[in-house]
Amino acid sequence: MEAHPLGLGGLALAAGLIAINAAISIAFRLGLERTLLIASLRMVAQLAAVGVVLKLIFDAQSPWVTLLAGLLMALVAGFEAVSRLERPFATWHAYGLGAGTLLVTGMLGAMYATAGVIGPDPWYQPRVVLPILGMVLGNTLTGISLVLDTITDVASRERAAIEARLALGHTRFMALDEVVRRALKTGLTPILNSMAVAGVVSLPGMMTGQILAGAAPLEAAKYQIMILFVIAGSTALAVTATALGGVLLLTDDRHRLRLDRLLPRKRTSTPNGKKR
Amino acid sequence: MLRVEKLKAGPQPALSFEVADGKCLAVVGPSGAGKTRLLRAIADLDPSGGRVFLDGAERSEVPATQWRAWVRYCAAEPAWWSETPRTGIWFESPHGGVVQAGTRDKLAGDKRLQRLLSSVGLSASHLDRPISALSTGERQRLGIVRALLDDPKVVLFDEPTASLDSANSALIDELVKFLLLAGRTILLVSHDPRQIERLAHARLQLTQVEPLQAPADLGAQS
Repeated sequence: MEAHPLGLGGLALAAGLIAINAAISIAFRLGLERTLLIASLRMVAQLAAVGVVLKLIFDAQSPWVTLLAGLLMALVAGFEAVSRLERPFATWHAYGLGAGTLLVTGMLGAMYATAGVIGPDPWYQPRVVLPILGMVLGNTLTGISLVLDTITDVASRERAAIEARLALGHTRFMALDEVVRRALKTGLTPILNSMAVAGVVSLPGMMTGQILAGAAPLEAAKYQIMILFVIAGSTALAVTATALGGVLLLTDDRHRLRLDRLLPRKRTSTPNGKKR
Repeated sequence: MLRVEKLKAGPQPALSFEVADGKCLAVVGPSGAGKTRLLRAIADLDPSGGRVFLDGAERSEVPATQWRAWVRYCAAEPAWWSETPRTGIWFESPHGGVVQAGTRDKLAGDKRLQRLLSSVGLSASHLDRPISALSTGERQRLGIVRALLDDPKVVLFDEPTASLDSANSALIDELVKFLLLAGRTILLVSHDPRQIERLAHARLQLTQVEPLQAPADLGAQS
């Protein structure tokens, strides 16, 4: 078993497949040719750049460079988690909550997996830390987005019931307990689903990659099992922290519901129908 | 004694007034004048300027949950978060276990619940019906029972009889009179002048306040 390095010719051959998309766009007059071209070029440039940057980081073998890269990833993920909310918060606090939660839970998950479970030497080996951090961040980001969306949505719809409880002297956490419960359920659904179907319906990306790179299937499966547990743990921590933090953002210290801290509902798509 | 000092809520200019124990102040005015907002601000459900005192204690010095146990806002249309009123009236204590809203003694709470239910013409069986199977009037009366269960010192009634027929309205009037005799302070928003005459000792008239920014060029051109 060995890896099969990909040549430039092979890449060009794969890129030819984009012609199918172009042909469909032209045949059905979708007008997507330009978008398609830009998306393809962006994808190539971004991944090539990441390849170069990762090589530099791997060569540096410095805990500080690794930490810096991890920080940057968490900040970008935090921004992504909050930027597409249906009803965004009017202040930057939600961004702080998203990025902070991602940073802490992502780092905890990645460190637990590398230093605790895998144990490479040195423990901050960027080749191990960064891909795991990336997977943890990508999954917790989804959970955090779902939690924030659910909390703002349910709190807006159930406003009268929440305020009735507050008026009866309930604390903000009591009055919003149903909101928190629903948000947690929603936030945990994706990871539970992907654990349930892993290997049956879908072959997870990391396992596929390892097998392609020449690893023994059983070895790849063990890694995938480990990473799914780490993701599940990190997601659970992240959605709980976000749900409780979200309650604090939507209420104040006088136990009042503060829906005025939310901006009006965003339109789901731009006028020309493009979605982000 | 409830004392309101320069309370700024909604469109109204800052309001100051006092209501003694056992007295009822009617809050009247056209729709949109800010009657509900005034009651909500006194219960500290919305941020507002000014100060509110109950028996000398200023609301910002009292924990919010304690303040709302003393000063109870009773909405025109009570909202529910449970399948049946009973689970909405009984709730889990923050210290563990299930208790009746605000009462430490479950038995005393039970008796009080029975008395309140019969005083508004309902029975214990109403507590176990699905909320959706109750009429608007039954829900409104259950909302009043829920609000009075832990015996608040001040009750802010927002149109308590809006969905009730005259017989049931009369029951609520009697209940309010009883509360006043027991020394409770009451603010009453009502559109029924006769009800106000029967119950209120004083009136607070809120006037329609003009929007802050009138469309400027309309006036200038004419």
